[in-house]
Amino acid sequence: MTTTEAVHEDAPSDPDSGGVGGSFAFAAVKPLAGLVVPVCAVAAALAVGSVMLLALGTNPLRGYAALIDGAFGGWDALADTSIKAMPLLLVGVGICIAFRAGVINIGGEGQIIAGAILSTSLALTIPDTPRIILVPLVLIAGAVGGGIWGTIPGALKAYAGVSEILATIMMNIIAAQFLSFLLQDLLIEEGAIKIQQTERVDANSHLPLLPGGTRLHLGVLIAILVAVLGYLLLFRTSLGMRLRSVGHNPHASKYAGMAVNRSIVQAMAFSGACAGVAGAILVFGSESHRLIGEGGASAFTQSAGFNGIVAALFGALHPLWTIPASFFFGGMLTGGIQLQQELQVPAALIVALNGVVVIFVVGSLKLRTRVNRWVERHEGAPVQPHKDVVDGGVMSGVE
Amino acid sequence: MRIRTTPKTAVALVAGLALVAGACGSDDDSSDSADDAEEAVDEAEETLDSVADEAEEAVDTAVDDTEEATENSAAEETDEAAGDGETIRVGIVAPSASNDLAFTQSMVDSVERVEAERDLEVAITDGTFVVEDAAAAIRGYAEDGFDLVIAHGSQYGGPLEEIAPDFPEVSFAWGTSVDTFGLDNVYAYTTNADLGGYVNGVMAAQLTESDVIGVVGPVEVGDAKLYVDGFSNGVAATNPDVTVNVNYIESFSDVALASEAATSLVANGADILTGTAQMVVGATGVATESGLPWFGTQSNQTPLGEDIVVASQVYHWEIVLNQMLDSLEGGTLGGETYTLTFENGGLEMEYNDAFELDEAVRASADEAVAGLTDGSLTTGVTE
Amino acid sequence: MWSDFFTVSVFVATLASGIRLATPFLLAALGEAVGQRSGVLNLGVEGVMLIGAFAAYFTKLKTESTVLAVLVALGVGAVMGLIYAFVTVIMQAAQGISGIGIYLFGLGFTDLLFQKQVGTPQPIPKLAKVEIPLLSDIPWIGEIFFQHNLLVYLAFLLVPVAWFMINKTTFGLNIRAVGETPEAADTLGVSVNLTRTFTIVIGNTMAGLAGAALALEVGIFQQNLTAGQGFIAIALVYFGAWRPVGVMSGALLFGIVSATVLTLKTLGIVEGAASSLLAMAPAILTIVVLVVVSRRIAAPAALTRPFDRAAS
Repeated sequence: MTTTEAVHEDAPSDPDSGGVGGSFAFAAVKPLAGLVVPVCAVAAALAVGSVMLLALGTNPLRGYAALIDGAFGGWDALADTSIKAMPLLLVGVGICIAFRAGVINIGGEGQIIAGAILSTSLALTIPDTPRIILVPLVLIAGAVGGGIWGTIPGALKAYAGVSEILATIMMNIIAAQFLSFLLQDLLIEEGAIKIQQTERVDANSHLPLLPGGTRLHLGVLIAILVAVLGYLLLFRTSLGMRLRSVGHNPHASKYAGMAVNRSIVQAMAFSGACAGVAGAILVFGSESHRLIGEGGASAFTQSAGFNGIVAALFGALHPLWTIPASFFFGGMLTGGIQLQQELQVPAALIVALNGVVVIFVVGSLKLRTRVNRWVERHEGAPVQPHKDVVDGGVMSGVE
Repeated sequence: MRIRTTPKTAVALVAGLALVAGACGSDDDSSDSADDAEEAVDEAEETLDSVADEAEEAVDTAVDDTEEATENSAAEETDEAAGDGETIRVGIVAPSASNDLAFTQSMVDSVERVEAERDLEVAITDGTFVVEDAAAAIRGYAEDGFDLVIAHGSQYGGPLEEIAPDFPEVSFAWGTSVDTFGLDNVYAYTTNADLGGYVNGVMAAQLTESDVIGVVGPVEVGDAKLYVDGFSNGVAATNPDVTVNVNYIESFSDVALASEAATSLVANGADILTGTAQMVVGATGVATESGLPWFGTQSNQTPLGEDIVVASQVYHWEIVLNQMLDSLEGGTLGGETYTLTFENGGLEMEYNDAFELDEAVRASADEAVAGLTDGSLTTGVTE
Repeated sequence: MWSDFFTVSVFVATLASGIRLATPFLLAALGEAVGQRSGVLNLGVEGVMLIGAFAAYFTKLKTESTVLAVLVALGVGAVMGLIYAFVTVIMQAAQGISGIGIYLFGLGFTDLLFQKQVGTPQPIPKLAKVEIPLLSDIPWIGEIFFQHNLLVYLAFLLVPVAWFMINKTTFGLNIRAVGETPEAADTLGVSVNLTRTFTIVIGNTMAGLAGAALALEVGIFQQNLTAGQGFIAIALVYFGAWRPVGVMSGALLFGIVSATVLTLKTLGIVEGAASSLLAMAPAILTIVVLVVVSRRIAAPAALTRPFDRAAS
């Protein structure tokens, strides 16, 4: 039921405004007609992928079969996909909150790292705590770490006029270097050959595996829970309403007596906290149960800080729609590994293909509204020009 | 043989399409959108139910298949032990590209050399710099019944320690490392990268005229540190008046920074350069441009500078691979650590014929190699 | 140790190095600034830089012609610009996500092409340094400013060109109008979409050129060669408050601080794990300087807002 309400809630009250939430808002149509265009867009993107596969000397059908099989073929594959989707979803929920408050958060990478550092440090400091306490504690530590890393650019934007795009990009660099520093010095594992990784965290801090004999762990459920909480926050609390209002129209909100600056900081704090939880789960739910920074920070973050933005925007900046969107991209990434192993097609193809899918699908939205209008017209429904507005903004002029 | 069943693919297709539909879901705002959405939810639920049913079947089938496959492969293994000439399946997981002229390529080249002499079936998953992806790939090879799974990256130790106990029948190899976690199905392999570093240093100390030598490194840990420390000690042992400036750029991938670091070293007097890790391709360009000698490591780096590469320390992993495969055929799945040295032929200095190296310098290098081989000389690196 | 640092030759070399490091940032950020002035945010700079870098590298590898390499990079940049314009202007797609789509495409596609078409790292000759007659002989100044490759000079020459174009030409007036109040501009007969298409193509062409400058400067290509430079370039647009000179200051700040860090490490003044902390310096300083200077200049009012005449 929440889904239904969510869909309803999401509609911008004034489609003409520059609200961030409008980026994926379309006019209503019969579901079938509404799906034609995006499905065609995905199909067209996959056709481009087919051309690439053919150019690589691979039968596209075999390629896609391997991709889908690797992503969704069986419980183990579905578990891997879910695990891959987890950080995308958490970062994505954070993106939903920030973008809807009119703040562009490109700092997911740094926030993941900050959450991982704080939670790992905590777990290494108090190893003998009972599991029932330690597991929630490390997750909270992750949220706090990411939250701090998000609050800084939020405050810089609100009180010092520093663009959050600039600040979050720079905070990513700072976090990555700080991680590298810690893993050369304070947090590095004792060993004969120095590897940039921490000690294995205590078993009491490991996220429990879910029953079923797969690698699926509690972190995936937590991600979904956070998505629901994110939805409730945005659409069921007065705080969420204020955040959305500020993102929608900062000037009007200010005149209405809302604390615009405080809202920006809060949005970034929540946004960073979500990514920070992802950072904690990437440590405590990982195969290795430790923080590994060898080979660069993205070896740990899996670039989820960026891919999560894609998932969130695919999910119409709605926390609940971000769930299937994350699983879609998680599946692409997991399937890519299978594609490489089975047919020796470089996994880079999947990265490129993800880009093509994004471009085709977002590029076709306008077409979709035209189809919608056509359908409406032919069914005698009144044409409502305002509904055509597909707002391209991921932010409005908040500065 | 790979296990694939039609129902599985069907489930996957349905699930995939459902997700595509979900991902493209709209947020309608008309009055009937609620109904539509409800319908959609119902539909989705139905689909999910049917997916679940089908998936259950699929899993059953898969389990059956797997059991069969396991039996088969068990049978095959027995055959292997019995008679020579049976194919050994080797899976490699590596962080960078197979042809990176560095760490990953050193292993891929070595496996190819082993393949020429032994009956191997090799599968490679390269470019897996994301550790969790590597973990999935390692697990995948083990599940697919590979005989030996090589985790070629010291960052893969963390996941391997957890995965290996789940597959007691599969042998794993992990490098560079000296730690087998006390597991009897894990081999560790490493290289004394300081040895070749030392020899390079001996030569570099004699070639320099400015008495300044520049080193570009990634991050001061692991193999990179070993090589750089060995190099510095080799220089110091040969000519204590020579300064070695080391610039760890704090990145394994930033080629532009590596290039600028090399430029900075040259600007501050270096007339010989060396470096390690995959971003050095940025630094060799500076050496070529300035016409300065370059000393390579990990793989033969002559292709990076036909005129300026003096010598490269090359890793011959086939030495440890053959040792591993021998004991694998003998029924031992792990528990040992192998190290590449000059003594066992795992390390080799390869010289660039196009570079006119002074005879005396070459002789001193050979002498150092001989000393490091018989133990009369040590690099003084104690990590 | 520190005495080594405070010498003229070290200063000169560090500043020259900073200028070299600033060049790709500057080229990409100038182009992005022009695009944003017209109301278009392009988060895909990194991807286009990678495509330009690969195009230049591959062309140079196969034809050994630098001119051709640069032209091809410009060409693919322009093509990417047309694609981006089609998606964001004609199809009016959300700019943020479209840009990330372009980034992912560029990242994956160049990696794929490199693996399949080149494979092993094959060096190309670095772009030759051109010493400007007379000027390059000036002590210190000459070495800092006038002993670089042509693309470095071009990048800095484009700063006044961009300033002139934005502030002193009709086209520039249109760009600003379209970026602030597209509806009003439209009423006055300025084609919003055409103007934006032009700025997008300019921006992407510059990004392609930035990639070429990078590849030809380091003389190699590899997966993710740009390593985040495109994103830093976007940040620098905000640092420079959409003004070419401001953008140049940002690029120089970032470049020179990076170069200083390298010099400190080269001289052994900073060693060990501390050098990791020092590597944060360019990022931290960029933020700090902006806080201290704190020019509160508003973004173009219509930034990220597509123009739809039917809706206005």
